[in-house]
Amino acid sequence: MYQYNEIDQTLVDERVAQFRWQTEQFLRGELSEDRYRHLRLRNGIYIQTHAPMLRIAIPYGVFNSKQIRMLAHIARTYDKNYCHFTTRQNVQFNWPKLEQTPDILAELATVQMHAIQTSGNCMRNTTSDHLAGVCVDEIEDPRPYCEIIRQWTTLHPEFDYLPRKFKIAVSGALNDRAATQLHDIGLHLVKDEAGVIGFKVLVGGGLGRTPIIGKVIRPYLEQQHLLSYLEAILRVYNLFGRRDNKYKARIKILLKETGIEKFTALVEQEWQLIKDGRELSAERVEEIKAHFAPPAYDNNAADDKNFDQHLVKDNAFATWVKYNTTAHKIAGYKAVFISLKSPDAPPGDMTDAQLDAIAHLADSYSFGEVRSTHRQNLILADVHQGDLYGLWQQLDALTLATPNIGTATDMICCPGLDFCSLANSGTIGLAKEINEALDNMDYLHDIGEVKINMSGCMNGCAHQSVGHIGILGVDKKGVEWYQITLGGSSDNEAAIGERLGPSVAKDEVTKAISTILAVYVQQRLEDESFLDMFKRVGITPFKEQVYADN
Amino acid sequence: MQIIKDKHIVDDTWQHISDDETIPAGDVTLSLARWQQEKHTLLHRAGQMGVRLGSTDDVAVLADDIKRLALIELVFADFADGRSFSQAWLLRERLGYSGELRAIGNYMPDQAFYLARVGVNAFQPEKFADLPVMLAKLNEFSVHYQRSVH
Repeated sequence: MYQYNEIDQTLVDERVAQFRWQTEQFLRGELSEDRYRHLRLRNGIYIQTHAPMLRIAIPYGVFNSKQIRMLAHIARTYDKNYCHFTTRQNVQFNWPKLEQTPDILAELATVQMHAIQTSGNCMRNTTSDHLAGVCVDEIEDPRPYCEIIRQWTTLHPEFDYLPRKFKIAVSGALNDRAATQLHDIGLHLVKDEAGVIGFKVLVGGGLGRTPIIGKVIRPYLEQQHLLSYLEAILRVYNLFGRRDNKYKARIKILLKETGIEKFTALVEQEWQLIKDGRELSAERVEEIKAHFAPPAYDNNAADDKNFDQHLVKDNAFATWVKYNTTAHKIAGYKAVFISLKSPDAPPGDMTDAQLDAIAHLADSYSFGEVRSTHRQNLILADVHQGDLYGLWQQLDALTLATPNIGTATDMICCPGLDFCSLANSGTIGLAKEINEALDNMDYLHDIGEVKINMSGCMNGCAHQSVGHIGILGVDKKGVEWYQITLGGSSDNEAAIGERLGPSVAKDEVTKAISTILAVYVQQRLEDESFLDMFKRVGITPFKEQVYADN
Repeated sequence: MQIIKDKHIVDDTWQHISDDETIPAGDVTLSLARWQQEKHTLLHRAGQMGVRLGSTDDVAVLADDIKRLALIELVFADFADGRSFSQAWLLRERLGYSGELRAIGNYMPDQAFYLARVGVNAFQPEKFADLPVMLAKLNEFSVHYQRSVH
């Protein structure tokens, strides 16, 4: 993974010093609430229902055992012994004290971590494919380009006060696992006819109140022009994006109101004026790529016989392998999902003890590296098949081996009303309730791949509008109601979910979800997936059953 | 009135003239609207000329005047309105403006470093007392990832 050089370290250290001064000034009453709010947000600090929340960047979801141990230390020292992984591959602490946040950031800086631009109206953490570099369908590893973008977006002097937040995602594989069509900018690594790597550039996707799927504004961009093209897009957005209404300030609205042809012309015109003389050099790209060189794999990993023997002997292990591991480009290796969706814990949460244990497992079994996914799980990306049985036993003892990746209980869920000051409905309690209703593993596995995404408000942090089943908390005169959508997807064929009907009361949600899944099981054809079945039959059969009693 | 110019605290020798004031002798700034209206009548004036730009003004309208201007002020009505940063960049990089570029109005000392990186070389803080703070903040970072304006 990327290792800081002196420049990276100095920048992060100087940022901590800057924020410490800002916080002290605020606490002395010399900096206004409004001004400090903008400054603290750009350092990852929200004021939540109970306490400040600190969101720490995990650039494109890649981190290491040393950094995980630091997160465990912070959870123990400054928080209530746990943390929460988010849908942007970041990690959050829910209980730090504001006056201690500069100390936390200083501790993070010692392990090459920071919280820069994890909130606020600026360019956020660039996200990517959680299987980058190891998946079997990869065209090119996106991580080096993510790192180049990370550096370019960090403390960019011209683009730190944008009309609204701005998110970039990069995918390098045939299957889009980074939801690139739902980002302000989505980049796909593609090859031209000569086999040269470049980027397909999408703009204007986004979730939230007005979910929109991004549009291609350039089918192929030569890789050396990456940063000048991003600069052109950002300059057009910074100058012309709406600032009069925060709900219309994202680039997706600018694109919609300007029209794709005119918008594209503006970007291209700007780009033509700046592109020459600021190309990424091949040496620079190679230098960054060297940080992502493959680890020292065992070339004979596939010769191991223990793995197959354990698969035959131990059903529970075989089930876990089926659901919680995935193919690796190197024969004899697997990428292993660490499920943060145990029925007993809020989705995405981890305790300090679990963090420490995962750091140890990463060192023992996966070259010291861990990934975070946008579905709020973790991954050990490079596990020798001979180590899988031992790893599974240890994960199971940590309650991190629930074999539910990709199933209905692998829910994306925001913190909801319990923590978030924006939310108008609870989510964690409801997630637990749905989990309990689906506690029969055989039934859960029979249902197969269903992505349930649940957000506690319109801001849609849990991406409910692209869930196969989306659940959105809405407030009706102080009472929590939930709107259900079906058929959304953030994969290659991205789609915004269709509304099932009137919102349902809190105590009816679990029943409604159970009914939806039952309709699927009754009406599917052979091994048809939930999403395929929905595309075939439409929303009516689900609607009829869910609202049958009303 | 004192300001920061090229990292030194200096006196502001300019007069900032509102739209209904008579233009006095000496160096003066005008609003963009007044400048556009009266620039032809000001060709043979002795003093230096400057223009004040709001964040919504299109800097491209100054393309033909750029050599006549010795001061352009970027007026912040709201520190969160980042358009002024792109305006500064465009003035320096696209229009080749080489005179004084000054940030005034409602912006934070914490933004001075970024402003300097996009070509602003003079700063009038909201409060006189902020002058030393703002001066110090121009050196807040010793490293950066992006190239600066020329």
